[in-house]
Amino acid sequence: MSLKIGVPSKGRLMEKTFEWFGARGVNMARSGSDREYAGAVEGIEGVELVLLSAGEIPRELAAGRIHLGVTGSDLVRDKLADWSAQVAELAPLGFGHADLIIAVPVAWIDVDTVDDLDAAAAAFRKAHGFRLRIATKYHRLVREFLTAQGVADYQLVDSQGATEGTVKNLTAEAIADITSSGETLRANHLKILSDGLIHASQATLFAARGAEWDSATHATMELLARQLGVRAAL
Amino acid sequence: MTSRAAIRAEAESLFAAFKATGAQPVEAETLLPAEILLDLYGEDIRARAYITNDPLRGEMVLRPDFTVPVVQAHMKDGAEPARYCYMGEVFRKQDHLGPRASEYLQVGYELFDRAAPEAADAELFALFHGLLAPLGLRPATGDIGILMAAVHGLSTTPRRKAALLRHIWRPARFRKLLDRFSGRTPMPAARADLLARLGADSAAALIVAAGPQIGMRSEAEIAARANALIEDAETPALKAPEAALLYDLLTLQAPARAALSHLRGITPMLPAIEPAVDRFAKRLDALERHGINPSDLPFEASHGRTSLEYYDGFVFSFHGPGDLPPVASGGRYDALTAMLGQGRSIPAVGGVIRPAMVAALREDVQ
Repeated sequence: MSLKIGVPSKGRLMEKTFEWFGARGVNMARSGSDREYAGAVEGIEGVELVLLSAGEIPRELAAGRIHLGVTGSDLVRDKLADWSAQVAELAPLGFGHADLIIAVPVAWIDVDTVDDLDAAAAAFRKAHGFRLRIATKYHRLVREFLTAQGVADYQLVDSQGATEGTVKNLTAEAIADITSSGETLRANHLKILSDGLIHASQATLFAARGAEWDSATHATMELLARQLGVRAAL
Repeated sequence: MTSRAAIRAEAESLFAAFKATGAQPVEAETLLPAEILLDLYGEDIRARAYITNDPLRGEMVLRPDFTVPVVQAHMKDGAEPARYCYMGEVFRKQDHLGPRASEYLQVGYELFDRAAPEAADAELFALFHGLLAPLGLRPATGDIGILMAAVHGLSTTPRRKAALLRHIWRPARFRKLLDRFSGRTPMPAARADLLARLGADSAAALIVAAGPQIGMRSEAEIAARANALIEDAETPALKAPEAALLYDLLTLQAPARAALSHLRGITPMLPAIEPAVDRFAKRLDALERHGINPSDLPFEASHGRTSLEYYDGFVFSFHGPGDLPPVASGGRYDALTAMLGQGRSIPAVGGVIRPAMVAALREDVQ
């Protein structure tokens, strides 16, 4: 049985992943036409490349359909319940940096911290009759963060894209989203809470604890880990 | 693993015991309108509720709890006083791997009585205590009403009291607020900076200068809170002895009789808690009449603060061995009946037992 490694199927994340492995003597390439999602691995025997959407890699790891996977540490933490029981973090890859943050309109001069957001939520609920809405697609991470901070009187509303526009469109009062430079936030008249960093994410190599680890995949894993300079332990 | 049949049989027998007290058995829908429940419970339960969409009735939720539908039914057309019991499944998503069930039977009891709430507390607790006695469980009790009375009695602004009361159920944030109000933590730099700017300019001018106004939170709302921050900055810190009493209360943990004498001892310094302490004393006397000895009944002033947000008085739970949810739990929720009663309210106390846990413990005992 070959060791399956799931890698983002397009864009910068794919290129950077190929570069990272290539620099360590494991060459990955897409095979066939540009549009075909198939790939090959050279430089090590017994490894099969599976090209997947980065968003689906956590689920595939949890299901054990791939042994290893490269995806954002934010996605694994958000999509998997008890993520560390399901996957092992083998190595941060040093690219794909993005911060999951909470942002509010710049006009909210009275709100700078999570503490302020909590107080604003109380007043907002009283004035409007419903909980202050925070738009996000990272429900688990945001909820865990706000629960740990003891924030009340808010609700999460789902936003799968263009989240920065939800406040202007009146479907949310605040947002929780990933940002790298903060430019989109500024363009949408939003500012980041000074203590509102929920998770600093980067592309990370994960191993699936629940995949089928037979003697062949174990042996391949040992070799691969040595070549990549990462720990092989699950 | 306890069989479903054994759990069902345990539930039936608990339910029969509840009915034998004269309580009226009630049914509740399994699929409930989500809006009111989720508004009451907040985001934590929302995360654990099975929510679905009905094309005609909108957002619906698989029953996470019986109390709300039972209170709603009582507020609509219940006679007083009333005793209700129920048996049925509740549904909660589990967010951690492990043995906790996401669908389980609950058998519960709710008591609505205006005349003698402390006697009602004791009656309910004694009923649970008696039914669970063979299992050798560890009881825990508390009284959120005493903590609330203490906050009401602080010599500070209504705004600071409201902030503390709002976070009674979130101990970490409550303590943070208390630390800030009593001057134990310094003001954040950004707050000091804002206050300085508010000293030089009006809130309205600062808002305009900050950037375009977007979203539903209006300029007036932002200005109102900015002005509240000015008021708060001018509010003197809580007096050290008052703050010390509150810190002391938060950690009070003793057998109930001993806790009562401790509370009697601090009442002269915090007179606002006197009515709540009197109620506590009456409850202990009533428990004693039911054959429960308050001298060895555990009491914690902070017990129940992290469970459901609607408890606002007596709270209790019964625990088995290990790190499992309580076998039974309950409490007083007077304010909830006012929220659901559209202008009417009635003192109410209730609790639930989890028959699956009872059945498993019985198997262990045998």
